[in-house]
Amino acid sequence: MAQTVKIKVTVNGKQYEREVEPRLLLSDFIRHDLGLTGTHVGCEHGLCGACTVLMDGEAVRSCTIFAVQADGHEIQTVESLGTPDNLHPIQQAFIEKHALQCGFCTPGFLMTLVDYLGDNPNPTEEEIREAIDGNFCRCTGYFNIIEAVKLAAQKMASH
Amino acid sequence: MKPAPFEYYAPTSVEEALATLQTLGYDGKVLAGGQSLIPAMNFRMARPAALVDLNKVNELFYIKPTSDGGLAIGTMTRDSVVEKDPLVAERFPIVPYVVKHIAHPQIRNRGTFGGAIAHADPAAQIPALSVALNARFLVRKQGGERWVNAEDFFMGPFMTVLEPEEMLAEVVLPPMAKGSGASYQQVSRQKGGYAQAAVISVVVVDENKRCKDARVVLFSVGETPILSQTAPKILVGNVPTAEAIAEVAEKISKEEVDPGTDIHGTAEYRRHLVKVLVRRGLTEAFERAK
Repeated sequence: MAQTVKIKVTVNGKQYEREVEPRLLLSDFIRHDLGLTGTHVGCEHGLCGACTVLMDGEAVRSCTIFAVQADGHEIQTVESLGTPDNLHPIQQAFIEKHALQCGFCTPGFLMTLVDYLGDNPNPTEEEIREAIDGNFCRCTGYFNIIEAVKLAAQKMASH
Repeated sequence: MKPAPFEYYAPTSVEEALATLQTLGYDGKVLAGGQSLIPAMNFRMARPAALVDLNKVNELFYIKPTSDGGLAIGTMTRDSVVEKDPLVAERFPIVPYVVKHIAHPQIRNRGTFGGAIAHADPAAQIPALSVALNARFLVRKQGGERWVNAEDFFMGPFMTVLEPEEMLAEVVLPPMAKGSGASYQQVSRQKGGYAQAAVISVVVVDENKRCKDARVVLFSVGETPILSQTAPKILVGNVPTAEAIAEVAEKISKEEVDPGTDIHGTAEYRRHLVKVLVRRGLTEAFERAK
């Protein structure tokens, strides 16, 4: 019988208690155990950034963290950002600037940017490029994403 | 599930971690930030029997000034913390500049300063940085400890002098000497990608602008960080001219590095990069030392 560990994790403000195998990745825990499928899984080895979530407010890749390591910590996923009627300013900016096509990478970009724009509300274009250098997008060519980040920064400043 | 099964230990103190490593012996593997180990486990290239997770050992997360003007960095200090720490920037401006080049923001939020050293990836920045800055490592095990100089620590790709029951606990950076200057140069295919060749140069000059010390460390072009023997031989005692720097760059690229060929570049191309980067790096380091 494989070892299991009891964990308590707060995800999007709600506390969950689960028994998990130590080898369960946080990304799979979020998607399979909690059913929160907004977090996307791309490369599963820390390259593509699609699975980015916030852990205690900081952007991390959920595919290179074990679920047991989230014990006692607070996780935020893309589901925490906005609702279709009340989008987060970054989500709204992505729509207005056509910053997504297939949308697979978008949750990872959004979570990376929530953390980044929180700390750096007025970034230059070069800084935006650095902020998103850990997220792959294979559709847009990034141009519209950068435009969306600029717009999001404006929206968040006027909020 | 991606990784193979393993036993999981999450100690909350160094003593408990060391006792666990002692019991596990060759079956135990330390989990620090996990940004290299967990991907390798996801591929099942790494299949440790047991992980000793240090993320709950609070006493390993710190940056402390030392009285001589250096720094002591706890092994679990996150890269992003080192990158943004004002004291690090003040005492070692080269450190945040180099750390910024490690992978991506999400990885630096998780990856650790000591973890990168113990992992000993020949393409990683922090091992080379520790050699360039003449760092000393506190290595602990149950009932004992020893100090190892950075340049004696790395044995080969992903191999160090650490024994299975030992743990890298602290990295001490001695103060930068008066009249020192540093530079970091790398070429990588994309931001945050592995460098095809990279060099960290730390030089010291006296009041007459003569070179007193030159530590030039290459990485991604050999099995471990490579501390150049040529650079101090040619430069120390002299005012560094463009010709002398060019000679050092030429010799290092021909004699001291051992780059491989892969899909991203040939060994010959990487030797060329080494020559150019050493020249640029030493020039910049001496400019900053003035």
